[in-house]
Amino acid sequence: MRSATPWSDVVAYLVEATGETLYMVGVSTVIATLLGVPVGVWLQLTAKGGLRPNAAVHRVLSFVTDLGRSMPFIVLLVALTSVTRLIVGGSIGSTAVIVPLAVGAIPFVGRLVQNILSEVHVTVVEAAITTGASTLKIVRSVLIRESMPALINAIGVTVIALIGYSAMAGVIGGGGLGDLAIREGYQRFNDRILWSTVAWLAVLTTVIQLGFTRAARASDRRRHASV
Amino acid sequence: MITVENLTKSFQGVNALNGVTLDVEAGTVLGVVGPSGAGKSTLARCVALLERPDSGAIRVDGTDITSLDGSALRAARRQIGVVPQGDSLLRQRTAAGNIALPLESAGVPGPQRRTRVGELLDLVGLTDKATAYPDQLSGGQRQRIAVARALAANPSVLLADEPTSALDPETTGSVLTVLDRARAELGVTVLVVTHDMGVVRKICDDVAVLEQGRVVEHGKVLDLVNNPVSRTSSALLPAVDLNPINENSYDRVADVVLVGFAAVGALLPEAAHRFGVELNIVGGGLTRLGETPVARFRLGLNGERSDSALEWIGEAGGAVQRSLKGPQGVAA
Repeated sequence: MRSATPWSDVVAYLVEATGETLYMVGVSTVIATLLGVPVGVWLQLTAKGGLRPNAAVHRVLSFVTDLGRSMPFIVLLVALTSVTRLIVGGSIGSTAVIVPLAVGAIPFVGRLVQNILSEVHVTVVEAAITTGASTLKIVRSVLIRESMPALINAIGVTVIALIGYSAMAGVIGGGGLGDLAIREGYQRFNDRILWSTVAWLAVLTTVIQLGFTRAARASDRRRHASV
Repeated sequence: MITVENLTKSFQGVNALNGVTLDVEAGTVLGVVGPSGAGKSTLARCVALLERPDSGAIRVDGTDITSLDGSALRAARRQIGVVPQGDSLLRQRTAAGNIALPLESAGVPGPQRRTRVGELLDLVGLTDKATAYPDQLSGGQRQRIAVARALAANPSVLLADEPTSALDPETTGSVLTVLDRARAELGVTVLVVTHDMGVVRKICDDVAVLEQGRVVEHGKVLDLVNNPVSRTSSALLPAVDLNPINENSYDRVADVVLVGFAAVGALLPEAAHRFGVELNIVGGGLTRLGETPVARFRLGLNGERSDSALEWIGEAGGAVQRSLKGPQGVAA
């Protein structure tokens, strides 16, 4: 009978793994946002009734997006090994995980963003068109700005999803909380580490979700206290 | 200032516009009215450059703007301020921010933008609401901000598409006042598309009646009300036969339209006095077209010289529409 891991060690494990998770998820979220938002905008612009409707472009873009979203992350993780090596110069470790995480999240963000932008009321968009605004101006000042609360929420959803994906990072030595729970907890029958990690993940995701909800509400100018 | 020439537009084989021709003089207000499905919205969308007509031209200062593209199209759009149908303000921007949008599109620098936004807030009487968000404004206030936005880039034409459709009578008045001020103070040419004859009654100089994609009546409101068979007069003037009368108690019964202070105030007593007849108003009433009082009365006359009295009223500027009792067509 092995004695349980001391709490101080559990905390040390958690701190290190949390750092790895936040690093992987944080960087890939930024990349996925920077690339996924334009994808979503492009999808919406080319959609039927969009500002630049183009059925052919829209169909191809939709197909690629949905293909990307349907790919199981674990497959993406190993399939992209050579791409990862090309970009970050190695194929193992936390940094290496960022590439498949970001690639997996771009179509996810793209689709979320398109759905959100399509909710901006057509009257509002047309009103902007009649002011002589350029397409770029309408995208920035109308589509994106009017959707900001929903977009912030969508990024929050993405972060939570990526925390989930990042649990598989252990496959290529990426570490993180998921890896801690699986290798140190589950595979070594260390219940204390397993359940501590589970509890900590619950707290972490809740806090993150709460933060994004708050930020979304703070950015929203609708339904403010009446005059 | 703005002319629409022979405009046609069809959607999936259905003709929404069947050769619409209109002419709005600079600094006047034209009301385009008609039943639902007459093509009003399509016409408004074409003039707003949101829809391209199949054929025909829309000319602002002589230049056809229907076939423009790219930056020329955007420049033309700034020539035509549009108050769209329904809620069209950015909900994440303040009232001032919304008014500034066309100025940003036009590349007007910040300080000038702020000055201009201030002027427009003043014009629509909402200076104290500059920093309010649309959700903090009433429907009428939002619509006035939409008018201010439409005027921001100094357009020569203002197009309002059903500007009062979602408003109660009181707020409708405030929005119409603002449109009228735009014409009076900025000299903008205004085109109002509406199903509400009240809009025509209050602010329009001219009116065009659209039916099944065609203009069936087009002219000055005050001229059209004098024409007894015009749709405009039947829609704008008070109804005469609300109270059934005993026609037997009069020698003559006739409808008469009177336009202007002098006619409404003095013509009938003068006629009664001059011809020694008993002249009673038995139906109809008084309304106001813009600033002009206009009456449509049903008159009952007793006396030998009743026909002469009616004839005299016709000659003195009243339009005697029909004689319901006695010789038909007494006067025109």
